[in-house]
Amino acid sequence: MWMLEIPPFVPFFISALIALATRGLLRAVIMTIIPVISMLQLWMVPEGIHLQFTFLSFELILYRVDKLSLMFGYIFHIAAFIAIIYSLHVRDTSQQVAAMMYAGSGLGAVFAGDLITLFVFWELLAFTSVFLILARRTRRAYAAAMRYLIIQVLSGVLLLIGAVFYLADNATLEFAYLGLDGIAGWLIFIAFGIKCAFPLAHNWLTDAYPEATVTGTVFLSAFTTKVAVYALARGYPGTELLVYIGAVMTCFPIFFAVIENDLRRVLAYSLINQLGFMVVGIGIGTALAINGAVSHAFNDVIFKGLLFMSMGAVLHKTGRINASDLGGLYKSMPKTTVLCMVGAASISAFPLFNGFVSKSMVMSAALENGYDWIWLILLFASAGVFHHAGIKIPYFAFFAHDSGIRTSDPSNNMIMAMLIAAGLCIAIGIYPAALYSLLPYDTGYNPYDATHVLAQTQLLFFSALAFVWLNLRGMYPPERPSTNLDFDWVYRRLFPTMLRSIFATIWKLDKRFRQRAINKIESHFVFMSKKYSQLTELLLRGYPLGSMVLWLVVVLSCYLFLSVIY
Amino acid sequence: MESKKKHIFDEVKNVKRLLNCLYVCCALLLILDFVIHRHVSHHWERLWAFYPIYGFLGCVVLVLVASWIRRFLMRGQDYYDGEGIDYKEKDKEVGQSLSHVRGKGEGHDVDA
Repeated sequence: MWMLEIPPFVPFFISALIALATRGLLRAVIMTIIPVISMLQLWMVPEGIHLQFTFLSFELILYRVDKLSLMFGYIFHIAAFIAIIYSLHVRDTSQQVAAMMYAGSGLGAVFAGDLITLFVFWELLAFTSVFLILARRTRRAYAAAMRYLIIQVLSGVLLLIGAVFYLADNATLEFAYLGLDGIAGWLIFIAFGIKCAFPLAHNWLTDAYPEATVTGTVFLSAFTTKVAVYALARGYPGTELLVYIGAVMTCFPIFFAVIENDLRRVLAYSLINQLGFMVVGIGIGTALAINGAVSHAFNDVIFKGLLFMSMGAVLHKTGRINASDLGGLYKSMPKTTVLCMVGAASISAFPLFNGFVSKSMVMSAALENGYDWIWLILLFASAGVFHHAGIKIPYFAFFAHDSGIRTSDPSNNMIMAMLIAAGLCIAIGIYPAALYSLLPYDTGYNPYDATHVLAQTQLLFFSALAFVWLNLRGMYPPERPSTNLDFDWVYRRLFPTMLRSIFATIWKLDKRFRQRAINKIESHFVFMSKKYSQLTELLLRGYPLGSMVLWLVVVLSCYLFLSVIY
Repeated sequence: MESKKKHIFDEVKNVKRLLNCLYVCCALLLILDFVIHRHVSHHWERLWAFYPIYGFLGCVVLVLVASWIRRFLMRGQDYYDGEGIDYKEKDKEVGQSLSHVRGKGEGHDVDA
């Protein structure tokens, strides 16, 4: 059937075009229906290569379907559907068109079968998503969007250079296992790493996501980083370096999250923490670990989306997102409170919520493969993520001290989107077999044995106890309006300051050098003019015009004399 | 009107109840450690109450270290404002484009 050969990004791009030309209800209906139709179509697609063509003697594979890409295809459809419903109230064409293009680019990237197609969608992800940040229309958002764009495009450029090297080495552009041997492997690895928010390359995420619009952040949280996780799972499974990078990613953001005041930035840090679990899983590379990484990516899109939606609802209704300004909102936003707590339970991996069924796979895989220390770090990170995303987010927004803000739950479409996400969190948590049947490998893993459940519950309850104890003792760091320095300080403060002082020195030296040169030239002029004035004095001496005429007469008469002789 | 209404956690009694509930749950979970036979794969897991202790200590260390690094990392809220670029002109432009969009009847994002 020819319909099956249409890659899923096509309907999304077409609907973006339609959204450009339509308004109101019609646009809303089209935007909501497209992911559903596209999902049904994807459901029927068999595995294999469905669309490829030759362009300038390169074999380009536009649409390749296998279990790994299908998994991400499904979750991107679900994420797009939920986020579109969440943003139905928005009346902003640029944002809505950008969101559709962005979701389409994400789908294009995961079904791309060669590196050039991947590069095209990789860059499209950056160019389309930046409008979701710009649409906030504030000075801070504008600056954050520019930094985001520069870093994202840099990642794409590295990918392209890597692809060129790869072509030269292997005479093929097919996107399969790449590995870290050779410069091509490393360049592409760094490109993926930047998009996956590896440590020191992570600041674009914590910088841009909290500055995007309320609905934009929900889209952003679903696609870019998950495309990077997919790319790593495809290109670098079993690369041991990833285990250590992932372990660092799970740990360091939780320290920042504990002291961060902007609650959406807290969620951005916890997004890096969750990515860490996936990266560790990919690094271990066994069937169980890859399954864990992929299913955790799947679940993360849902619960992180839910958390960003609930915090978005708070920002939307109150205009504030700093923990120091909020509190006591459970009184006026009860539905949002409950839905947020479902998301918090899911990200903390409580049994019967979806985080539990995927996170335990990565942890089990770490233990089975002898990564004892990594397992301990992951365990610490699990307790930590419960501490900031599971407790801090709901506590400071909805409970804590009463800020006196009285508002109401957000509009129905926003509540509906959160309900769908929360429903999925619980459904997958209760019946994980549905998710496991879609996974790339069949490992027969069962998360619900007494050991796992008890261990995880103990870990979480005693983390909660620690929070309570610290709070009652007054040892918990109070929420203050502040900016916390992170690695972005290097390129936002250190480099500019250094460059400014270096350039100031260069200008100063340059000025001095030029001044000296000018002085030299001037003294030469003075010398020359002195010489010249002596000469003129000799020649003119008080009868300037007369002596000139005299000399002219002398020259002419000489000339005449000579011409008469010859 | 709304603020006069008593909510569940306005009563100190209810907060105490919730906390007591948490303490009881924690105690039960500790007792379960003896009851449930666990098949462990790491020798640390055999230690009595390994997970509860690790969870509790992990979080306390996390918060203490975080408050310590806050001393070096915390700056004023407007620390990065005016990053060497004069945004005033930009703001005007953005404002104009916003009013332009509004003028077209398109409306702007009601967000934020």
